[in-house]
Amino acid sequence: MKTRLPATFKRLVCSTLMVGVLGGCATSGNPKDPIEGFNRAMYAFNEGLDTAVIKPVAQGYDAVLPMPIRTGVTNFFGNIADVFIGVNNILQGKIPDGVSDLGRVLINSTVGLLGVIDWASDMGLEKHNEDFGQTFGRWGVGDGAYVVLPLFGSRTARDTVGFVLDTQADPLTRVKRVATRNSLLALRIVNGRADLLPAEKVVEEAAIDKYSYLRDAYLQRRRNLIHDGNAPREVDAEADQVDVPVKAELPIEAVTPELRSDANGNSVTFARSGTDTAH
Amino acid sequence: MKFLRVLVANLSIGVVVAISTPLMAQESPDVLVKNVTNEVLEIVRKDKDIQSGSVKKATDLVEVKVLPHFDFTRMTQLAVARNWKQANPAQQKILTDEFRTLLVRTYSKALTEYKNQTMTFKPFSMKPSDTTVVVKTLIKQSGGGQPIDMNYELEKSGEAWKVVDIQVGGVSLVTTYRDSFATEIASSGIDGLIKLLQTKNKTGEVASTVKK
Repeated sequence: MKTRLPATFKRLVCSTLMVGVLGGCATSGNPKDPIEGFNRAMYAFNEGLDTAVIKPVAQGYDAVLPMPIRTGVTNFFGNIADVFIGVNNILQGKIPDGVSDLGRVLINSTVGLLGVIDWASDMGLEKHNEDFGQTFGRWGVGDGAYVVLPLFGSRTARDTVGFVLDTQADPLTRVKRVATRNSLLALRIVNGRADLLPAEKVVEEAAIDKYSYLRDAYLQRRRNLIHDGNAPREVDAEADQVDVPVKAELPIEAVTPELRSDANGNSVTFARSGTDTAH
Repeated sequence: MKFLRVLVANLSIGVVVAISTPLMAQESPDVLVKNVTNEVLEIVRKDKDIQSGSVKKATDLVEVKVLPHFDFTRMTQLAVARNWKQANPAQQKILTDEFRTLLVRTYSKALTEYKNQTMTFKPFSMKPSDTTVVVKTLIKQSGGGQPIDMNYELEKSGEAWKVVDIQVGGVSLVTTYRDSFATEIASSGIDGLIKLLQTKNKTGEVASTVKK
């Protein structure tokens, strides 16, 4: 006997894929985003789901729960995540960081009451951000194409593989009792979404096209994380050789006040010291 | 005699240092960033209007305290990147004005979302010959979670230091626009980008006045 649900689901998948394929013609030719049409369709789907379900729940959650409890929830999931953050640090050869992460788990799981209180940070053991995608990046695997996954959002091809491993390794997915596991996963999603609410408002103010803004921000963020905050500057070769001609060519009233100070014969060259280009 | 020469040499170095100090000592970049951010955050902490989301009031604060230390022409040039040369001076001027509006709005909005995060400054060092420096800070969230890096990139402009980029968690307030600006210019030229920025700035204003 067939149920109706799979048929509906099949139709949904088909139509989504169709939109993706048709939309594929409308790419803007960004080499980092070869399947932009598909990605935009997925992005629209995710946004729809977020607006309809996840965001309202997160807003309610944010409004209801007092700050100390929110902090406790964030810390609890952060403590679980620290296990594989430590493993990834060790895989990347950053042994002291990895040991520190595992030390964090030890301290926070015990005196931190199952991770709810982050004593380790107060003791000077800094929280890190690592995952398998970053480990691959550290090992020299390039980004690959940008892709928007249904439900899970922005990834690169490399980070999609990393993400599968992260999910496999995730202790939460190993919780045996289904109801407990699902509740925990749902709580983690809602709590994580609520943490993003302030940033989202800023992005909406900043973005001209939210899709491409989030894409480019994501790519920069990942690049920065792989280099642990010390990414070599991304250089636009031609732009950086330019010695801005504005000062010489613009009539003085057109020059912004900030520029007048260096218009006094001090020519400022804008050559960049960094030489590394994006990988 | 040798002693005298050394003395004279030292004195002349001293004089040069003394003459150049008032010019050079235009605050070092890290002190500049520290003073400005501390001052601004102090005001935000006390201002109930900004905390409850008044973008207008935050913008006024930014205009007075922050903007004099930003080089918007340079920021726009970094965002428009290789296409900057394509734009004529008049277009460059309009682009700068519009991009300035967008950045100011974004920065002000971010200030209204400020909720008791604490900011610490990472150790800073520079050579006297440096013309580009990065002042690194760390933002600690009040709600737990990992602290976020916030870096200010400054360039020496004449004798003063000007901020030319801010990166939050590695995401640049300026270069994040590079690809979308390039795409827009490729499809509808410099004027297309100007129009796009103008539309965005106008709709943003409408939205924010409605909200108030």
